[in-house]
Amino acid sequence: MAGLDVYALAAAVLMGLGFHGLVTQPHPLKRLLAVNVFGNGVFLALIVLARRLPDGPDPIPHAMVLTGIVIAVSATAFGLALVRRQAQDRERGDD
Amino acid sequence: MTEMLPVLAVFLPMLGGVLVFLLGCGPRNAWSVLTVMLSLTPSLLLVQQVAAVGTVEHHLGGWAPPLGIRLMADGLSALMILLTAVVGGLVSMHALGHFAERANAARNFWVLWPLLWGSLNALFLSADLFNAYVTLELVTLAAIPLVLLAGSAQAVNAALRYLILALFGSMLYLAGVALVYGLIGTLDMQLAAERLSGAGWVLDLAAALMVTGLLVKAAIVPFHLWLPDAHGGAPAPVSALLSALVVKAAVYLLLRLWSGPLFEPLSQPAAAWLLAGLGVAAILYGSVQALRQRRLKLVVAYSTVAQLGYMLLLFPMAGLLAWQGVIYHGVAHGVAKAALFLAAGNILYQLGHDRIVDMRGSGSVLAISFGCFALAGVSIMGLPPSGGFLAKWLLLQGSLQAGAWWLALVILAGGLLAAGYVFRVLRAAFQVPDPDAEEKLPEVRHIGAMMRWPMLLLALTAIGLGFAGEPLLTLLGDVPGRLG
Amino acid sequence: MIYQALPLWTLMTSLVAALVVFAAGESRHRLRITVNLAAAVFKLVLVGVMLLGVLRGDLFLVSFTILPGLDLVFHADALTLLFTTLSAVLWLVTTVYAVSYLEQRPNRARFFGFFSLCVAATMGIATAGNLFTFFVFYELLTLATWPLVVHNGWPKAMAVGRLYLRYTLGGGAVLLLGIVALNALGVPGDFLAGGSLDGLEKTHPGLVYGIFLLLLLGLGVKAAVVPLHVWLPNAMVAPAPVSALLHAVAVVKAGAFGIVRVVYDVYGLEVMAELHLGSLLAVVASITIIYGSLKAIAQTDIKRRLAYSTVSQVSYIALGVGLGSPYATIGGLVHLVHQGLMKITLFFCAGNFAETHGVHKISELNGIGRRMPWTTAMFTLGAFGMMGAPPMAGFISKWYLGMGALQAEAYWVIPVLLASTALNAIYFLPLLYRAWFGRPAAEHEPAGMAEARPGLLVPTLCTGLAALGAGVLAGMPLSPLSWVTFIVGQEYGG
Repeated sequence: MAGLDVYALAAAVLMGLGFHGLVTQPHPLKRLLAVNVFGNGVFLALIVLARRLPDGPDPIPHAMVLTGIVIAVSATAFGLALVRRQAQDRERGDD
Repeated sequence: MTEMLPVLAVFLPMLGGVLVFLLGCGPRNAWSVLTVMLSLTPSLLLVQQVAAVGTVEHHLGGWAPPLGIRLMADGLSALMILLTAVVGGLVSMHALGHFAERANAARNFWVLWPLLWGSLNALFLSADLFNAYVTLELVTLAAIPLVLLAGSAQAVNAALRYLILALFGSMLYLAGVALVYGLIGTLDMQLAAERLSGAGWVLDLAAALMVTGLLVKAAIVPFHLWLPDAHGGAPAPVSALLSALVVKAAVYLLLRLWSGPLFEPLSQPAAAWLLAGLGVAAILYGSVQALRQRRLKLVVAYSTVAQLGYMLLLFPMAGLLAWQGVIYHGVAHGVAKAALFLAAGNILYQLGHDRIVDMRGSGSVLAISFGCFALAGVSIMGLPPSGGFLAKWLLLQGSLQAGAWWLALVILAGGLLAAGYVFRVLRAAFQVPDPDAEEKLPEVRHIGAMMRWPMLLLALTAIGLGFAGEPLLTLLGDVPGRLG
Repeated sequence: MIYQALPLWTLMTSLVAALVVFAAGESRHRLRITVNLAAAVFKLVLVGVMLLGVLRGDLFLVSFTILPGLDLVFHADALTLLFTTLSAVLWLVTTVYAVSYLEQRPNRARFFGFFSLCVAATMGIATAGNLFTFFVFYELLTLATWPLVVHNGWPKAMAVGRLYLRYTLGGGAVLLLGIVALNALGVPGDFLAGGSLDGLEKTHPGLVYGIFLLLLLGLGVKAAVVPLHVWLPNAMVAPAPVSALLHAVAVVKAGAFGIVRVVYDVYGLEVMAELHLGSLLAVVASITIIYGSLKAIAQTDIKRRLAYSTVSQVSYIALGVGLGSPYATIGGLVHLVHQGLMKITLFFCAGNFAETHGVHKISELNGIGRRMPWTTAMFTLGAFGMMGAPPMAGFISKWYLGMGALQAEAYWVIPVLLASTALNAIYFLPLLYRAWFGRPAAEHEPAGMAEARPGLLVPTLCTGLAALGAGVLAGMPLSPLSWVTFIVGQEYGG
C-alpha cells in the first residue's frame, strides 16, 4: 500500500469534509454536494491505490473510478432534478 | 444456451424496459405483458438449471476474471432470483390493474420496473465486489424513481432522502472495496475469500466501511429513517417491490460477503454481536413503531424495518441452521410482505383511506382483502403454518444450539409484537360500527380480478412456504465458503 | 396408503369444509349447512373406521418432510382416537346447535368457516405424531378460535379477544421454546408409548426439568391451569356454540391432551417419576381444582360459573396424569371425554336459557324448570355428573382418580377430591334448587311450557343422555371407560 502521502491525506480530508457536511447540513442540495465531496475522496483514494504496482499504474482502479464517476454523476443529476422539483412544489404551496 | 441463461436473466428484462420506453405499454398493455414474459422465462429456467446441475457460471464476453466479469448462480442466487420472479411476476399482474386508470404512471412503471428486475438479477449473479457495487447502484437508481410514481410532494421528499443516503451508503461500500483491492489486488469474491485471511486492521476497516454502507441501503436501524416514508407513500405495487425485494438486495450482499471475503472480520465476536445488536434494536424498535402507526401502510412499512432485523441475527449464531433460517426468513418475508402491501393497497383503494380507526366494520365488506392481510400476517408473526414459522423455527434452533438463548427470547418477543400490530388491524376489521353513532358501513369501490388474484396468490404462497422448506433449502445447499 | 393416511383425511374433511364455506360466501345458507353436516357425518364414519382399525392393531401413519430432518407426522393410536371420537361426535352435535343458534345473525359464513377450521386444527392436534406437528395445529387452533371469540364484534368481545390472544400466543411462544430446545438437544419429540427422550434425562437432567416446565406453561394456558386460566371465564362473552367449542370440543381439551402426550409419550412415566415431575403436576392440578371451584361459587352469571367449573374440572385430567398410577391414568383420561360431554350439555343448556327466555344470571333461573323441563333436566344431569354423583359419568372419573391416588400412595389427593366434590355441590345445587323449586319473580310472564327450539333442544338431549350413558354403560365395550382401559393397558405394556 502507498504510504501516507499528500494524495492519501487529501482523500481522507475530502471524505471527512463530505461526511461532516452530510451530517450537519439540513438542506438537500448541500447534502447532495456533501455526498459528492465524500465520493471524490473515495475516488482519489482509489487512484492512490493504482500506484501499487512497481512498473506503472494499475488500470483496474482507474476503470473503477471511471465507472464510479459515471454512476455518481447520473445519481447526482437525478438528485438535482428532485431538489428542483421540491423547490417547485414549495413555490406552488406558497401561492 | 444454458450457460447464456445468467446473461439473459439480466438483459432480457432490461431490454423489455427499453422496449416500453420506446414504444409505450402497447395496445392493451401488450408490451408490458411481453416484458414480464421476457423477465420471467430466463429467471425460471436459470433456477431450474441450478436445481438440476448446481452452480452455473458465465464469463461475460468470454473474458475470464480477473479482467472479465463473472456471473455466477449458486443456490443462494437461484433462491433470490426465484423470489424475485414469483413476487415480481405477481406484483406485475397487480400493477396492470393498479395503473389501469393512470396511463402516464403506468408507462413509467413499466420502464422502471423491468430495469429494476434486471438489476436485481444482476446483483444476485454478481461474483465480484465491484460488480456488486455497480448493480447495487442500478437497483437504487431504478427503485427511487418508482417511489415518485405516487406523484405527491411527500413522495419527492422521501425519494430525495432515500437517494442521498443510498448514494452515501454506496460510497462507503466503494471505499471498503478500494481497501480490499489495495490489500490483495483482486475483486473476485471467491479469490478474495481465499487470500484475505489474517489481513489485520485494514481488512477490519474495509469490512466496517462496506457493512455500514450496506446497512444504510438495507434500512437497518439506525439508518431506517428514509424507509417508512418511501415504502409507505409509494403506490402499492411499488411498496411491495421495495419492501419485498429492494432492501433484501442489500441484505443479500451482506450475507454473501459474510459467507465469502468478509467472513473473518465479521466472525469476530465484537463485530458479530454488534450486528446482532442492531438486528435486535431493529426488531424491537420497528415493531413498537408499527404498533403506534395510525395508517395501515405505515404499519406495514415499519414491519419491514422490524423484519429485516432478524436477518442480522445470523452473525453470532454462524451455523448452518441460522444460515438456512435467515435466508428462509428473507424469502418468506418477501412473499408475505408483498401480499401485505397489496392487501393494504387494495384496502386503501376500496375505502379511499387507510386510517385504521376508521376501518371499523369494514371486515365483512372487504373480506377478501382483510383475509389476505390475515394470511400474510400469519407468516409475519411467525405462526404456523407459514414460511415465517419455518424460518423462526430454524433461527430458534440455531440460536439455542449456538448457546445464544437470549436471541431466542428476542425472536419470540418479536413474534408476539408482530402479532400485536397484525391483530390491531384485524380487530378494527372485526369490530362492528358503534350503533349509537349511527355509522353506516362504508361505501367501497370494487376491485377487479387483476388486483384481487395476485394478492390472494401471494398470501397463499406465504402460507404454502410453510410446507416447502425441504425443496427450497435443498436448492439453497450448504453455506458457501469457509463454514460449509 | 389411502387407508394408512386416514388420520390426514379426518383432518382434511374439516379443512375442506372450512374452505368451501369460506368460498361459498354469506348468502349460500343451504349449501353451507349441507356441507357442514355432510363433512361432520363423513368424518364420524372415518373416525369409526379408524377406531376399529386401531382396535385391530392396524398402523396409521403418514408423514411429510418439512425441513431437513423435521417431519410433519400424522398418526393414530388409541389415545388419538379417544380425542378424535369425542371431537367428531361433538362437532356434529354442535354444528346442529350452532345452525339453529345463529339463525338470522350476520357473518355466518365467517363463523362456520372458522368453526370448521378449529375442528380441523383439533384433528391435527389429536393425530399429531410429534411435538412439531402438535405445535403447528396448536397454534392454528389459537388463530382459528380468535375470530369466533370476537364474533359479535362488540367492544367487550374485542377486549376479551385481546386477552385471549395475550394468553394463548404468549403460551404458544413458551411452548415453542420448549419444543425447539428439545429439538436442539437432538430429541425430535416423537410420540412413542413410554417416552422418547432417549436417555437425555441422564445427560441433561436440569435442562430436561426446565423444558418440562416450559412445555407445561405453554400447554397450561389452553388447559386453563391456575394462574393461566384468566382468559377462559372472560371468553364466555362469545356465542354459546363457541363456549362449547372452547370448553368441551377443542381448546381446553387441546391443552389437556398436550399434557397427556408430553407426560406419557415424550417424557414417559419413568422420567416423570425420576425427576418428581409427576407430583409437581399433581400439586398444580390440585390447586387449580380447588381454586376453580372456590371462584365458581362467587359467580352470579351462569356461564361464568360454568367457566370456572371448567377450570376446576379440566385439571382432573392433569391430576390423573400427574399421579401416574394405572387407575389414576384411567380416571384422568376418561375425564377428557366425560368432562367434554357434561360440560357441553351444561353450556348448551345455558345457551337455551339465554336464547329462549333471556336468562343469564343465576338469580333469574327461578322456576325455569317448569317452563323448560327438558333443558332443565339435562342441566341437572350435567350438574350431577360434575358433582360426581353415581351413576353419572363424572362419578366414574372421580372413583378411578381416588383409587389411583391410593394406588400411587398419594393420600393427600383424597381430601382434594372430597373437597372438590363438596364445592361442586355448593355451586351447582342452588342452581338446581332455584330452577326446579324457586318461585319466578312477579314481573315474569305466567308459567307455562316454553321450551327451546328443536334445533337447540335436540343436541342438548343428545349430549345430556350421552353423559348419562357414559356412566351407566361404562362397562360396555367401546364405552369411554373401556377404551381408556385399553389405552392404559398399552401404556403400561399390557
